[in-house]
Amino acid sequence: MSDYNFAYLDEQTKRMIRRAILKGVAVPGYQVPFASREMPMPYGWGTGGVQVTAACLTPDDTLKVIDQGADDTTNAVSIRKFFERTAGVATSTHTAEATIIQTRHRIPEAALSDGQILVYQVPIPEPLRFLEPRETETRRMHALEDYGLMHVKLYEDIARNGAIATSYAYPVKVEGRYIMDPSPIPKFDNPKLSNTPALQLFGAGREQRIYAIPPFTQIVSLDFEDYPFEASKAPHACDLCADDTTYLDEVITDDHGGRMFVCSDTDHCETRRDAGYRGRLAPQEDAA
Amino acid sequence: MSATPLLTVDGIGKSYGARIGCADVSFDLWPGEVMGIVGESGSGKSTLLGCLAGHLTPDTGHVIFDTTADGPRDVLAMSEPERRMLARTDWAFVHQNPRDGLRMGVSAGGNVGERLMAVGARHYGQIRDQATEWLGRVEINADRIDDKPRQFSGGMQQRLQIARNLVTGPRLVFMDEPTGGLDVSVQARLLDLLRGLVRRMGLSAVIVTHDLAVVRLLADRLVVMKDGRIVEQGLTDQVLDDPQHPYTQLLVSSVLQV
Repeated sequence: MSDYNFAYLDEQTKRMIRRAILKGVAVPGYQVPFASREMPMPYGWGTGGVQVTAACLTPDDTLKVIDQGADDTTNAVSIRKFFERTAGVATSTHTAEATIIQTRHRIPEAALSDGQILVYQVPIPEPLRFLEPRETETRRMHALEDYGLMHVKLYEDIARNGAIATSYAYPVKVEGRYIMDPSPIPKFDNPKLSNTPALQLFGAGREQRIYAIPPFTQIVSLDFEDYPFEASKAPHACDLCADDTTYLDEVITDDHGGRMFVCSDTDHCETRRDAGYRGRLAPQEDAA
Repeated sequence: MSATPLLTVDGIGKSYGARIGCADVSFDLWPGEVMGIVGESGSGKSTLLGCLAGHLTPDTGHVIFDTTADGPRDVLAMSEPERRMLARTDWAFVHQNPRDGLRMGVSAGGNVGERLMAVGARHYGQIRDQATEWLGRVEINADRIDDKPRQFSGGMQQRLQIARNLVTGPRLVFMDEPTGGLDVSVQARLLDLLRGLVRRMGLSAVIVTHDLAVVRLLADRLVVMKDGRIVEQGLTDQVLDDPQHPYTQLLVSSVLQV
């Protein structure tokens, strides 16, 4: 263990953040302001998520950190190391083993269970921000449920592209009340927000907002009657584990147009390969 | 004419510190009637309109509107959500500068559709049909529906703003210098259009302007303001042809006869 307090932040700060989280849980989808601290990482790297995680961690927790679904990318690795050093908690890459999962822009493919906490890193918590630049006005719009503008954005999408082209950070309505930005997760993940047994917390460090979705909360993605919401993904199967139900990343493999599609959730993909599934481009030595 | 006025303005006053914006303004507006408010710059016209439309909070007085659901109600005593609901259903506000009333980054169709979506329309096809129809009514070609307002001329922007406001079928329209900043031929067409719409839809309107030609064409009754107070009111033709107050006489005689 290091000279830092458990999980880096001092106890008073964690207490302040927990209060914001409790308020967020009490009013699902409402953005609670909190006194975000400077963290030893740049804004945009998950300072909000890290603070929420720090406030939720206990010594018995097992932490998993994912970045775009992967456990082995820079952001995930450095945040995992950060908490290994400052909190000394156990870490894991397996979704089922983790009690707290900090995520950037994905929801794990494996179903979450009772007792797990999913912490999202949020760059811009205000779903109305690009439609209405004034914070005073957007707050009033939330207070008065004045949400016509959100549909104007979707209308513009259809008018310009023939379909709702928003493919990530797709706005949702929480328990029929607040409109919420689910952070830049692909809209493929939107249905997973709804009615999960896990607690979902959202932290925006630079914007100093925390919001939450309590377990078993109804989340509805906004749409039009004649252009219903559709959770889209690349129309392929994973080239490593052959799963055709997961969200896929496209990887360019050479400069002759070669490409492969792989699960963005690396843990899910590995688990399936360990179970013997093989995709089109899975390495041969694995097959043996 | 029905028994209750659509809008009753009773003793409205608003001051900015020691300076008077408007004081002791009272009048009734009946359904289907167009009221013009004229006066020089700084006479409190826009302050008065702001107070009536709920953009400003007056210091004294009442604004009583005959709501569809609950009959006459004091607008100033309403809660903010109620007032906003009123502002996007029964009321409309046409700004002098279309930039204030339009979303410049949103297409013409989106601008017209916004009010529909704000009151709960969730069917893209129907919203678009209604937007197309309204663009037609204000003489904007249907093929411009996906263009942004900043690609429109000033006159088209103003007509778009009118379409955006009238799409939910309001009963009362506030207009602040609707023809300001437009050249005379465009003004004439816009006025013609407005007059047609107002008459056909049976709208009531409060029009603030300094242009006497506008009120001559549109307004049934006229209120003349000076230094924040009403100095004369009556039927438009009566006030313009036989002005009683010295200021009204000055105003009428200042118009260039071409």
